[in-house]
Formats: sequence, structure tokens, C-alpha cells
Amino acid sequence: MTHASIRPNTLRIEPTRGWVALRLREVFAYRELLFFLVWRDLKVRYKQTILGVAWAVLQPLLTMFVFAVFFGRLARVPSDGVPYSVFAYTALVPWTFFATGLTMASNSLVGSANLITKVYFPRLTIPLATVLAGLVDFALAFPLLFALMWRNGITPGIQVVWLPLFVALAFATALGVGLWLSALNVEFRDVRHVVPFLTQLWLFATPIAYPSSLLPEKWRALYALNPMVGVVEGFRWALLGTSTRPGPMIFVSALAAMALLVSGAFFFRRMERTFADVV
Amino acid sequence: MSSDVSASVLDQPAIRVANLGKQYQLGARATHRTIREALVARVRGVGRSFGRRSHRRAPERFWALDDVSFDVAHGDVVGIIGRNGSGKSTLLKILSRIVEPTTGSIDLVGRVGSLLEVGTGFHPDLTGRENVFLSGAILGMRRTEIASKFDEIVEFAEVERFIDTQVKHYSSGMYMRLAFSVAAHLEPDVLVVDEVLAVGDAAFQKKCLGKMGTVARHGRTVLFVSHNMGAVVSLCSRALLLDAGRLVLDSDPMTVAARYQATLTAPAQTTDLATAEHIGSGKARFIELHVVPERRDGSAREMMCPGGRVRIETRIEAYGTIESANVGITIYDATGYRLVDANTAMQGQFVSMAAGEEARIAFTLDDVRLKPGTYLVGLWMGRTNVEDIDGILYAATLEVEPDPQQLRHSEQFPGAYLCAFEHSIAISSPQTTAEVTPSSLARPRDAAVAAPR
Repeated sequence: MTHASIRPNTLRIEPTRGWVALRLREVFAYRELLFFLVWRDLKVRYKQTILGVAWAVLQPLLTMFVFAVFFGRLARVPSDGVPYSVFAYTALVPWTFFATGLTMASNSLVGSANLITKVYFPRLTIPLATVLAGLVDFALAFPLLFALMWRNGITPGIQVVWLPLFVALAFATALGVGLWLSALNVEFRDVRHVVPFLTQLWLFATPIAYPSSLLPEKWRALYALNPMVGVVEGFRWALLGTSTRPGPMIFVSALAAMALLVSGAFFFRRMERTFADVV
Repeated sequence: MSSDVSASVLDQPAIRVANLGKQYQLGARATHRTIREALVARVRGVGRSFGRRSHRRAPERFWALDDVSFDVAHGDVVGIIGRNGSGKSTLLKILSRIVEPTTGSIDLVGRVGSLLEVGTGFHPDLTGRENVFLSGAILGMRRTEIASKFDEIVEFAEVERFIDTQVKHYSSGMYMRLAFSVAAHLEPDVLVVDEVLAVGDAAFQKKCLGKMGTVARHGRTVLFVSHNMGAVVSLCSRALLLDAGRLVLDSDPMTVAARYQATLTAPAQTTDLATAEHIGSGKARFIELHVVPERRDGSAREMMCPGGRVRIETRIEAYGTIESANVGITIYDATGYRLVDANTAMQGQFVSMAAGEEARIAFTLDDVRLKPGTYLVGLWMGRTNVEDIDGILYAATLEVEPDPQQLRHSEQFPGAYLCAFEHSIAISSPQTTAEVTPSSLARPRDAAVAAPR
């Protein structure tokens, strides 16, 4: 038969202690389950909503209008030489992906309690599936972004080839934070009260409504310890060709994102053994 | 049986369980559901070290499974029998890798499939077809495997006409038949099954047992937990009897079933409280505790279901003079959250005793709508806000088993309480208004299954 790869031929079940291996190979062996979980999330997400999939575009779009009025018009926040609405929307597309991915992932384990207590599979698939499902909304927000750029006469330069890197960076950050929060949420339900706060603070700590060029150059590398700084500036640079030079910031952000992801994954695996007992 | 299990691994047993133990921590640690509580407990801990008596004490531990060892050969069908709280479910959960053991180990050969619930992973908003694929994937089947067995699954469940309807419109009979059918078509080398067969109507139960028989005859190794001695005797080649987390008998099904029936007539779940951790002045002590699920007529029954009745009886010995004490019991959930209180003061009664006297106090809780799960029973005696005479935070466990008729409703959602309810759904369109109930799509036979008792 063909399912030898799902479960090894011999298996030893015994107590584990401390930090344990990630066993990513096992997650890969369960890729079909991952696919079905993503598919279920997508199928169910917009059930019983009037606007349905349109929400994927409306969220960043409405925020863009608010920002454009208050920051762009009234506060006259600079926007690196591109029209403020495009400037803000370009940042809001990856931001919305990050913020929803983070929020959904942090609730994902508690929301799957009925699965966790009834059947075995690598638990990493749960938050992973949630963040992956967010990529679809993310993709749906793109056509409007291109429309806005076209209307404002902006054509991306050759640097647009780097865009997938920034998408990966946003993905890694959302998953990394999501892993930390989902595992903590199992034991401490405070997390669900913390998350809205966290995303709000994080929004202002990221150059979405304003350009990072407002900061003195020497502080920017430090600022980029927030991985979303690199993502947002990367998006603007790749798509709009903004003049802020993102190189060092992206480098720092990438390191920070990797640190979040790796630490999150190990922390998650460490906490995993008590999920079914506590959730 | 998988051909990839090579000859060398066939020499070793399919399952080897060695010195397996599972300890649960109750009290302090398990109850820190918010960071604030965790911090408060830290501060309390400091207070305690200065000699203050604190209500929340060091974590209490109990062994749900204690030093269990056995081997299962390839192709064996082993029944696991035991009263509630004997550790059967814990054993299955460890075998299924849902929880980790505290001590010991298990070696398994081949792919393990576990069925601890009917309809794991079913989503009400998805159609029958979609749920077959989703649930199959969650149980560990490959997409190609599900696709090739799809027709068989649907035919076995007898839901062909409704396969593209959302399962929330299914009757509970249809829902369970489809859910069981997916699970029944799982083909692992080692199958771990909880008592999920008691679903649907009698005809379908018979069909399920038949399917299990087929599985067993095909040389697959099966571990099967059940209260149904008939099923165990007819399906299994061997049976294990668990009691209080220990393996007490490993023999042929007839012998084990006979011993099990004998234990049932003994007073259920008597707990000797001599070794329990007591708090309070000690002028009197709780000596013994019985937790007995009852029928409406007051006779003992073997298991407790949501909405059932339970008698909690305790024996108290006084060592000094007790005046107007309140005696009460508390039911906590497995994390230590307080759910139910019953005490004599609530009904205007107090207990007075002289030294050397003994009291028996019984509480009969009726219509206990706790959801299936493990609950803890605590005892307390004293005068409110004046003194604690004796108290045991967690004196015994109370197992609430899923009601076979309502498996679907009770297991799907978290929470502690199961309320009696009715519901109606009105869907209106400009032309007509139709009353739709979940069973309106069902055939008459299904409606009978879905009807409330």
C-alpha cells in the first residue's frame, strides 16, 4: 500500500522532555491534510456573509480611505513621492495579510480543540493551514493594487522580481508570531485579549501610514527589528520604486522574521505535548 | 494488511506496551487559565511559605494509568474493558498519540488508525461529499484512497441522495452513518476503536458490528474499548480488564467479561479517603466516598450520561464535637474549575456530631446535564467563613459518558453544560415560507432516530 510515508513502519511512543525536534518531514507527509484544512478554512470563511470574498479587498481598501483622509490630507504625512493612497494601500495589502494571519493563527488551536483531543496529526499543520489560507485573501487584494498603480501611472521596475521574497517574509512573520500566540493561547486565554491590542500597536510601529524615511537613517536598522518594516518597505520599493533605500532594513527584518519563526516553531513543539490535556 | 511491513518486523508484536503510566496534575497548575491566576498563585505560594493557610494548594496528582504492560500480536483483536475512570480512554488516547504518557513506552508496528469519536473533523457547513474527504484526510487517509472508496463509503452510509447537501441538514442518523462509514473504510494495520459502534438504529449497529468483524478477519490488529460485553465476546480473541488505572486481568473474552460483570454489582466507585490530602481542623474526617450513577428508580447503573442521576455518599467520623456544620460536595471540571455545589446549608440543614459518632450523608443529584468528560468531586465540611473542619479538594472522579443517542451533539462542541432545548428554523423567500427542521430531509426511519427521547 501507499501510506507508508504517512506513518513510519515502527513507532515508539514515550514521554518527551524539554525541547524536541520539529519533525518537519512529518508535517510534509501530512501535506494532504494541510491542503484539506486550508480548503475547509476557505470554504467556510465567508459562509453566511453578504459581501463574501469582497471582504478580502474591502478591509485594506477602507483602511486606506481612512488613512488617506486623516494622515494624507489632514496631517499631510509625506509619502516618498507617490500619491498617498497608493503609498498606503501598497503597505496595507501585506499588513492585512499579516494581521489576519496572526489573529486567526492565535485562535486556531483553541478553535480546533475537538480535533486535537480526538485524533493525532502534526499539530503544526493547524496554525500553518490558517496562515496559508490567508494567502488567498492576500492574492485577491492584488488586482486593486495594480489598478491603483496603473491609474496613477506607476509601473514597477525590474526590482519587482524581489516581491516573492517580501511575501515570504510576511508569511514567516505571521506564522512565527502565530505559533507563539497559538501555543500560549492553549494555556493562557489572555492571549485573545492581547491580540487586538498587539496588532494595533504593531500597526503604528510599522511604516504604513507614514514612510520610514521620517526616521533618521542610523535608527532605521534598529527599527527594522520589527520584521514588518522590511516587508512594507520592501513592497513599496519593489512595486512603487520609492526612494527609501530598504537594503539594510530588509536584511535586519529577514533575520528578525527567521528568529521569530524558528523560536516560535520550537516553542510550539515544546508546548505541544500538553495541548490535548489542557485545551 | 500492508505489504510494506517486512518479515523482520512481523517477528515483533504489533503492539508492545511497557510500564505505561499517565499522571494527571490537578489543582494549581492546571487551573492557571489566565496569566493573572498564574501570578496570583505565585504570590499565594510566597504567602504559604510564611505559614498562611491557602485555599489553593500544591498540585495534586493522580495516576489515570499505572504501570500497564502487555503485548498484542499481529492480527489479534483485543477488547479493553473496565469501569468508568479505569483508564481505558487514557490508554486509547496514548495509543492514538493524542496525549503523551508520563512513564513507560509503546512500540507499534505499522500504520495506526484511531476512532475515538464518530465524525471527527466533520464541518456542518460542508456537504456530505466534502466532509467525506475532509474527515478522511483528518483520519489519515490519502486523497486517492478516499476517492477510490468514495462510492463504497456513500453506499454503506445509505445517504446517496443527500451527498451534496450540507450535513447540518442531515438527521442525526444520517450524519452518524456517514461519519462511521468514512471511519470504517480506514485501513490501518493497527486499529484503535472507542465505543463508537453504539450509533444509529439497531439495523445500522448490526451493520457496523459486521464491518468490524470483517476488519478483524482480515488479519488487522484491533484494540476495541467497549461496555458491550456481547460485542467484545463475539469480536475479540482476547480481553484486558482495567481497574483504577491498572491492568488486573488479561485473558479470553468470556473470562474477562464474567469478572467485569461481577465487579459491577459491587458498590461502584468507592474511594477510601485515608490517603487523601485533607485540609481543616481535623475535628472530623471524611472516611469514604461513593459515587454511584443511578437510574430514575434509584438502582445503580454502570455509567452516567448527560442528564443522568448520581448519588454521592460520604461517611464522616467525628473526633471532637461538631456543632451545626455545613457538609457539601463540589464538582469541578478536569481543569479545576468549579461547576456544581450542593451542601446541606443550601437546604437549611446542619450536621452536629459528638466525638466517636459516624455520619453518612448522601446527595442525590438529578438531571446532571454535564457534557461527557471527566469531572472531579470535592468534599467540604465546616462553618462558612468560620472554620474548615475537613476538606478534600479532589476526592474522586465522576465520568460522564456520551449518550449513545446523542453522540453527535455532545462531542462536537466544547463547554460543560448541556441544556435541554428545542429549535426551529424559518427560511423565507418572497413567495413562500417553509418550516425546515434538521430532520425534514430524512426518511421516516431517520426521523425516528433523530427524535428526542
